Amino acid sequence: MNALLLAATKDVVAFHVNPVLFYALAAIAIAGATGVVISRNPVHSALFLVMTMIIIAVFFLTLSAPMVAIVQVIVYASAIVVLFLFVIMLLGIDRHEMLATDDRKYQRPAGAALGLLTLGGLIATVIGNWQLGPQTSSGRALSAIPTLDGVASTTAGETDQIRPLARTLFTQFAWQFQVTAVLLVIAVVGAVVLARRSTRPARTEVSA
Amino acid sequence: MNSISLLAVAPKHLFENGDLLVSSIVVIIKVVVAFALLLVGVMLYIWGMRKWIADMQNRVGPATAGPFGILQTLADGIKLFFKEQTIPSTAHRSVFRLAPYLSITPAFLMFCVVPIGGEVSILGRQTTLQVVDLPFGAMFVLACSGVGVYGVILAGWSSGSKYPLLGSVRASAQLLSYEAAFGLGLLGALIHTGTLSTSEIAKAQFWHGPASLFGNGGVAGQAGWNFFPAIGAFFIFIIAALAETNHPPFDLVEAEQELVGGFVTEYSGIRFAIFFLAEFMNVITMCAIATTLFLGGPSGPALWPSKVGAHGVINVWLMPIIWFAGKTIMLTYGTVWLRAATPRMRYDKLMAFCWKYLIEAAILWIMFEIALEIGRSQGWSTAGRFTLAGATAVGCGLLYGLLMLCVPKPGETVEEFR
Repeated sequence: MNALLLAATKDVVAFHVNPVLFYALAAIAIAGATGVVISRNPVHSALFLVMTMIIIAVFFLTLSAPMVAIVQVIVYASAIVVLFLFVIMLLGIDRHEMLATDDRKYQRPAGAALGLLTLGGLIATVIGNWQLGPQTSSGRALSAIPTLDGVASTTAGETDQIRPLARTLFTQFAWQFQVTAVLLVIAVVGAVVLARRSTRPARTEVSA
Repeated sequence: MNSISLLAVAPKHLFENGDLLVSSIVVIIKVVVAFALLLVGVMLYIWGMRKWIADMQNRVGPATAGPFGILQTLADGIKLFFKEQTIPSTAHRSVFRLAPYLSITPAFLMFCVVPIGGEVSILGRQTTLQVVDLPFGAMFVLACSGVGVYGVILAGWSSGSKYPLLGSVRASAQLLSYEAAFGLGLLGALIHTGTLSTSEIAKAQFWHGPASLFGNGGVAGQAGWNFFPAIGAFFIFIIAALAETNHPPFDLVEAEQELVGGFVTEYSGIRFAIFFLAEFMNVITMCAIATTLFLGGPSGPALWPSKVGAHGVINVWLMPIIWFAGKTIMLTYGTVWLRAATPRMRYDKLMAFCWKYLIEAAILWIMFEIALEIGRSQGWSTAGRFTLAGATAVGCGLLYGLLMLCVPKPGETVEEFR
C-alpha cells in the first residue's frame, strides 16, 4: 500500500491520471456545471452544483491530494450548498413568477459581460501555462501550490500529508489565514446587524 | 489496498504490482460483509429498541414473529417492500425518487472507515478489519454526515406539501448547526492521537492492562483509551451525533405532534423503509465511531496471551470483534434509554442549546485539552500542565462571560438593554 503511494508521489514523475478516468470525470463535471446554468429550478441547479463539487473532489483524489478533496466535500458540497438550499426553501424563490419579476434591466448584459471576462481569463491562463506531456512535480503549474511539494518529498507515509499542509497554513500563510477568518466574522456581524435593524421591540432570540 | 492509491497511479503500476486481483477480491469481500453486517445490525437494533422501550414502558413489545419477536423487523420490511408506492401530484418527481438514496448512501459510506476488528490476514494479505483505511478517516466521517443532510432536505422539499417542507427547513438549520459541535467533539479525540486515520486512532488506544482505561496516565509510550482524557469531548460528541442523526430528543425533523410525519409524510412503501434504514444505520454508525474514537475501538483484554495456534486465531480474529461489538451495543443501548425517557425539545431551545451552550462548552473543553497536550509535549509536570490548562479554561470562560454581557438577555428588548 505504502509502496504504491510512494510510487504515486515520489518517483514519479508525474501524476499519472488514468485518461479514461479523467475524461469520464471531466464529462460528468461539465455536464453538472452546464446543469447548474440551464436548470430552470434553483433547487435543481443546487443539486447539479453538488454533483460538480463532488467530481472536483474526485479530481483532487486523482492528483494525490486527499486532504483538499475531503475539505472540498465538507465545505462546498455539504455546508455551502446546504446553506443555499436552506435560503431557497426559506424564501420560496423556487417559483418562476418571482424569477420573472426580479429582472432588472442592466442585470443580464452585466452578467454576460462578466461571464465573458471570466471565460477570457480562464482561456488566457490555460494557454499561458499549457505544457504537453506529463508534468513533473517541479513543473510550473504544480509549483504554484506549495503543499504539493511538501507532500511529494515526504516519505513518512500517508498520514503525513496533513502535517505539511498545517505547517504551511499556520506559518507561511498565517496572515492570509487570519485575514480570511476576519472576513468571515465581518460577514456574520453584517448579517446580525441587518437582521436586527427593526426599531420595534425585537425578539432577542436569534435563531441561527 | 487503498482507494486513493488506486485512483492516483496509472493502471500500469497496479498490474506490475501483480496482486491486483487478490486485492480486489479482498475489497469486495469486505464491502459485502460490511453491508450485510449493517443491514442485520439495523434489523436487530430495531427489534432490540422496541423490546427495550417496551420493557421501560411495562409492555411486552414485538412477540409473535419468531422467537421473542426477533423477526418482526424482517416482517415489517417485507410488508413495506411489497406495498404500493405513492407520489403526490404536486411532488418534484425526480428529486422525490432520488432523496431516499441520497440518505442511505452516506449512511453506509460512513461505516466503511470504522475498524471493527484487529489486524488479520485474508488470502495472505495483512489487513485491518475495515472496508477502507483512509488516511483521513475522521474527516471522511464529517464529510459523510454533511452530505447525508441532503436526503432529508430534498425529501421534504420535493414532497410539494407544507409540513414536509417545514420539516426539511428545520432539518437543514439543525444539522448545519450541530455539525459544528460534532466536529469539535471529534477534535477532542484527535488531539490525543495526533492522526486523522481511524485505524491509527484505534491502534493508539491499545490494551495494556486496566490502566489503559484511564488514558496514558502520564506514562510515556503507554497510550490508552481516549475516554477519560477526552471525557468532555465524548459527551459533546454523543449529544451532537444524536442531533445529527435526528435521534430523540432531537427529532424535531419528524415531530409528529407538529408536522404530521415531517419529511417522510408523503413517502410510503420501500422509500419510507429506506429513510428509516438510513436513520437507524446512522445511529449504529455514530455509536461505532464513538467507540473507535473514545472507547478504544476493538481493544480489550485477550483471553490468552498467545498469538499463534487456535488460541491465537481467537485472540486475533474474535476477541477484538467481540470487544468492539460489545462497546457499540452498550452505546446503542444508551441511545434507546434516551429515546424512551426524554421528551422532545422545543425548536428554539434546540437551536439556542447548540449555539449558546454546546459549541461554547466544546471550545472551552478543546482549549483545556490543547493546553494539557502542549504541556506534555514540553515535558512539564502534571501539576504544571493542569495549572496551565485550568488557567486557559478560566480565561476562555471569562472571555465568554464578557461577550455575554455585550448582548441582551433572552426576553429583554434592545431598549431595556441600553
